[in-house]
Amino acid sequence: MKIAVCVKQVPDTWAEKKLSDSDKTLDRESVDGVMNELDEYAVEEALLIKEANDGEVVAVSMGPDKAEETVRKALQMGADSGIHIVDDSLAGSDSVATAKTLAATLKDQGYDLIIFGSESTDARMSVVPAMVAELLDLPQLTFASKVSVDGDAVTIQRQADYGYDEVQASTPAVISVVEKINEPRYPSFKGIMAAKKKPLESVAAPSGEPVGLASARTEILEFAERPPKAAGVKIEDDGTGGVKVADFLAEQKLI
Amino acid sequence: MRLLERPLPTPEARDLLDLTRQIAAERCDTQTVNRFEGEARFPREVFDVLGETGLLSLPYPEELGGGGQPFEVYLQVIEELAGAWLAVGLGVSVHVLSCFPMVNYGTPEQQAEWLPRMLGGRTVGAYCLSEPDSGSDAAALRTTAASTETGFVVNGAKGWVTHGGVADYYNLMVRTGGPGARGISCLLAPAGTDGLQAARPEQKMGMAASPTATINLDEVELPASALLGEPGEGFRIAMAALDSGRLGIAACAVGVAQAALDVAADYASTRQQFGRSISEFQGIGFLLADMGASIEAARSLLLDAARAKDAGRDFGAAAAAAKLTATQTAMSVTTEAVQILGGVGYTKEFPVERYMREAKVLQIVEGTTQVQRLVLARALTS
Ligand SMILES: Cc1cc2nc3c(=O)[nH]c(=O)nc-3n(C[C@H](O)[C@H](O)[C@H](O)COP(=O)(O)OP(=O)(O)OC[C@H]3O[C@@H](n4cnc5c(N)ncnc54)[C@H](O)[C@@H]3O)c2cc1C
Repeated sequence: MKIAVCVKQVPDTWAEKKLSDSDKTLDRESVDGVMNELDEYAVEEALLIKEANDGEVVAVSMGPDKAEETVRKALQMGADSGIHIVDDSLAGSDSVATAKTLAATLKDQGYDLIIFGSESTDARMSVVPAMVAELLDLPQLTFASKVSVDGDAVTIQRQADYGYDEVQASTPAVISVVEKINEPRYPSFKGIMAAKKKPLESVAAPSGEPVGLASARTEILEFAERPPKAAGVKIEDDGTGGVKVADFLAEQKLI
Repeated sequence: MRLLERPLPTPEARDLLDLTRQIAAERCDTQTVNRFEGEARFPREVFDVLGETGLLSLPYPEELGGGGQPFEVYLQVIEELAGAWLAVGLGVSVHVLSCFPMVNYGTPEQQAEWLPRMLGGRTVGAYCLSEPDSGSDAAALRTTAASTETGFVVNGAKGWVTHGGVADYYNLMVRTGGPGARGISCLLAPAGTDGLQAARPEQKMGMAASPTATINLDEVELPASALLGEPGEGFRIAMAALDSGRLGIAACAVGVAQAALDVAADYASTRQQFGRSISEFQGIGFLLADMGASIEAARSLLLDAARAKDAGRDFGAAAAAAKLTATQTAMSVTTEAVQILGGVGYTKEFPVERYMREAKVLQIVEGTTQVQRLVLARALTS
């Protein structure tokens, strides 16, 4: 079974993020990059499926030079090889251009499964997996909280507010996973050493599709810093604390 | 905040430190630490994670199942762990110490039996030198091992054993010959051996999650293959192990000091008094400056000693100097950190009071401050 797992480098979740003044896109240079948290679950699921069914896992990332660290992290966790799509022309790509680039790179490579995290912590749109599935004309099994593979049948539990739906497709298919699905492993020190010797290929953006900021279908006209947090209200409990808290919440139209 | 970037020799070392920081942040978070310390519970699950990721055997050769990392890198891993939770950082250092006799003095047959377990990440070890009546004067120990037809029978008690009661095996320094250092041998006893019993853990000032207990030894029968090295070589083995172990304790001290400085610097820049942040008062700013400078000095000395060891040069005196300096630094930096936080520094709302209690033990274990001075004075005058 040949599995691609798509991983994205995002700014450290806890770091203060900024938009750059020049092109109004996220300033990725000034903060530490980490693997998007949900993508760790995607890597884990890919590794679990590989361990149960044999095969190989290829980690794929589109992003600036620094994003190679994230591909390497996937290799350290246990992926067999990596592809880093890196090209100046890709800077500022929106989700459509990203999906097109990933789809063009993944197309016709014999992947049985293409696995994603269901959203990235920086953009939070959850659309790239579905778009890639559409572009590749593959069934999409998104928001999976459980995946089972039986021959060429893939069944997932699709997370919903009311519980889950069971959705089935045959391979090749695209899957996106939610946090509930597993507990990602740490890379081991042996994994760190082994990753040094694993193939990691840098490839340019596939030609033909308009990508990058100029192709984006959205435009940021203006942005402002989030206002500083206002001082909180301190309520002393002199026996009427509960009432005062309730009054406060009512005043804020929260209850 | 560090004044100097970590000196890491390879990209893998950098990734290893990133991994360590991630595990420390996720598994040794304040809530977990406070819960285990409060309940005086040994965090075995953290050691399991460290074992699975290969962090319990970093400085030993790859051929033997270790990580093959230089001490320079291994000690920085210890530093990060100790800064998050001393019971874990010191525990890893003691585990590594407990593998030292087998790695360096075990026969190929002994190593084949033991090293997969010791370096495989699923066990935790203990090192038993001190006794209730022999601490600094360790060579005066009284636990005896009499020869029998099949091996040894051990009687006595080892005191202050880190991981006593939770360890999977115990390195026992015991008397097999006459008085003094030359009469001491090193035996390895698995937990669960008949007659080997841990007493109730000591109730300590800090590091409650790291059990310290007396190990009572009552007619403990061990096979001849339990002997590591030659009969009478035990004290030399114990001291050689401590030379390396002291570097581990010094790394713990730097980690605790750095953690205290980080909290103090952060607090000082946000706490307002007299209309400005207290870091703007020179009395506080200079204090932070001195703390930062002394931590860098201790870390540099420590890593210099580590590099000497990695290069195969003599490092015993440098290790003593590093342990002396780093633990004094930890004590003074953590004390000042409490001062900088004022009232809240003295409460459990912030971790600095814990750091201060943790720093103290580092001036006592693996040779007190005074014993390091004895080692240094001897080195300087010999
Ligand atoms: C939490 C904890 C964990 C420990 N873990 C272990 C372990 O895993 N294995 C193990 O073997 N031991 C362990 N120890 C024991 C530790 O190594 C001893 O406590 C230490 O060596 C000091 O011995 P002592 O307590 O008997 O003090 P003593 O030797 O009685 O010393 C008392 C005081 O006298 C000073 N002193 C002694 N001799 C001299 C001298 N010649 N000149 C000047 N001053 C001197 C000492 O510095 C100290 O201040 C642990 C101790 C603690 C507290």
